[in-house]
Amino acid sequence: MTAAVAKSVLAKSTAHSIVEASPRSKAVAGGLVILYAVITILPLLWIVATAFKSQSDAIAYPPKVLFEPTLEGYVNLFTVRTRQTPDFIAKLPPPETWYDKLVRQRDMVIAGPSKVVPRFVNSLIIGFGSTFLAVFLGTLAAYAFSRFRIPLADDLLFFILSTRMMPPVAVAIPIYLMYRQLNLTDTRLGMILLYTAVNVSLAVWLLKGFIDEIPREYEEAALVDGYTRLQALRKVVLPQAVTGIAATAIFCLIFSWNEYAFAVLLTSGEAQTMPPFIPFIIGEGGQDWPAVAAATTLFVVPIVLFTVLLRKHLLRGITFGAVRK
Amino acid sequence: MSEPARSRATRPVRGLSDRTIAWLFVAPTIALLLAINIFPLVWMIRLSFTSLNLSMSYLPLRFVGLDNFRDILTDEDVWFRLQTTAQFVIWSVALQVVIGYGLALLINRQFRGHSFWTTIILMPMMLSPAVVGNFWTLLLQPQIGPFNYLISMFTGVPPSSFSMTGQVSLAPWTIVLVDTWMWAPYVMLICLAGLRSIPDYIYEAAEVDRASAWRQFWSITLPMTVPFLMLAVLFRAIENFKMFDMVNLLTSGGPGSTTELVSITLKRAAFEKWRTGYSSALAIILFVTVFGAANIYVKALNKVKQR
Repeated sequence: MTAAVAKSVLAKSTAHSIVEASPRSKAVAGGLVILYAVITILPLLWIVATAFKSQSDAIAYPPKVLFEPTLEGYVNLFTVRTRQTPDFIAKLPPPETWYDKLVRQRDMVIAGPSKVVPRFVNSLIIGFGSTFLAVFLGTLAAYAFSRFRIPLADDLLFFILSTRMMPPVAVAIPIYLMYRQLNLTDTRLGMILLYTAVNVSLAVWLLKGFIDEIPREYEEAALVDGYTRLQALRKVVLPQAVTGIAATAIFCLIFSWNEYAFAVLLTSGEAQTMPPFIPFIIGEGGQDWPAVAAATTLFVVPIVLFTVLLRKHLLRGITFGAVRK
Repeated sequence: MSEPARSRATRPVRGLSDRTIAWLFVAPTIALLLAINIFPLVWMIRLSFTSLNLSMSYLPLRFVGLDNFRDILTDEDVWFRLQTTAQFVIWSVALQVVIGYGLALLINRQFRGHSFWTTIILMPMMLSPAVVGNFWTLLLQPQIGPFNYLISMFTGVPPSSFSMTGQVSLAPWTIVLVDTWMWAPYVMLICLAGLRSIPDYIYEAAEVDRASAWRQFWSITLPMTVPFLMLAVLFRAIENFKMFDMVNLLTSGGPGSTTELVSITLKRAAFEKWRTGYSSALAIILFVTVFGAANIYVKALNKVKQR
């Protein structure tokens, strides 16, 4: 089908220079791409909408496209509730807040906060911690690989990359044993170290590409002016590599933020991040879909923002710097 | 590579020597990878020759030679899982290539607003695969999910008459479908770079020679984007061979074991049955497979590039 589409699109453009597509072929191409984009974004919109549904609307049969929006999903995400008899609720003093009121409409009272905030905090700490370490180590190593002659540099770089080829479940087996010995199981430090090790390979490869693009002449001028190597790195190279470092950092952050396999196998509570937590947000009788959708929405929003920010460097990031555009 | 040598000669000697700095800068990364990747890997190789079972770790560590490897390679179930995985990899990558390449060709027409719509299309691949697998279970629920209703709108099949995740005949296609939804944009992005790397003058020359658009596609566009396509295929194939998170949450290998990819088998052996020795051996077999296949592929890729 796509070949046929390509054929028709190409056929229409023969009258003009192929370099600049004809208005008609542009319109056809635009129409098809927009159609695909709309279809592809629908699942996400459905989730965002589900977060604003009531429990019964979320599992309505047939599924509801139009519904009365409520914040119940978000309230349920952040609280633990217990069911009470209507008599008991009638005897309580009037609800103090809008969310107390919302919960009482369902014959429940808020018993306390849920675990979502600690999980979110874990995701932030582990994400930023491992990103900072990976980018720091990665910048140093990338600078060395870019500027100095290191024996077996290509082999070392390949070694750094090959650590990414292991299936995560396979890596988790010995890490699990090792962390048990070192008391690192289910700790933030353990997860930070593990994610740093995974991210550092990406960081070295990406940053080497970025630093390679900075002309050596600047540093050499600085060295002639009496700067030491370290001063030249700090005052000349780093300021120019700042965009590359930022893009690399966002890629590392996204990896740590999204990672599931290690998190589910190596954490159980204390250091658990959001991805293994979200599927287990349960209400009475199964997954509490509005709350799950609310958590998913909150979890995904930063990624959407980062994707927009990263747009220019995305290609480089996903190919380990192999394609630079 | 002669530049560092020259700079060393002209530079006044101050601070640390370049050689020391080079090693100081590279060492921490190498040390971290040795500690977190290589040391565990070596340990795992050792364990793969033992019968260690963590649920019975009071037993003394017994070396069994190559028994684990023999058990795995003669186990029909393992071969089934590998087949399931191979089918998943082949179908998902093939679909992603077709859709991704098609989208790239269309976007390369540079219609108005193509940049905005491209960003929208890229969204799925940035998400957490686990979270994606989880919310697609809602979308694919036969009764409360919108997917079956959409299908029934176009085909007339009653929405609750089929279950995308619960039916043996459909589940393998479901994981291909969701994976393609996520990763077709990835192939698209790489192919788009390939298309943009073709200089305009080649097409202009083809126009002068009155080559048809179809002919131009087959003799210019496709051959010149093949290295990019192959790169995309390499990355996707490796990632999908390792696939665990999305499928684990979408179908968790079911129904039965129709979507049990080999990573899920590995997880069950290692973290549910606690057969550490056995699963270490399986992990090594998988690693060697990925590594070997990737190496062969990269060699082929270089040949294509040289042409």
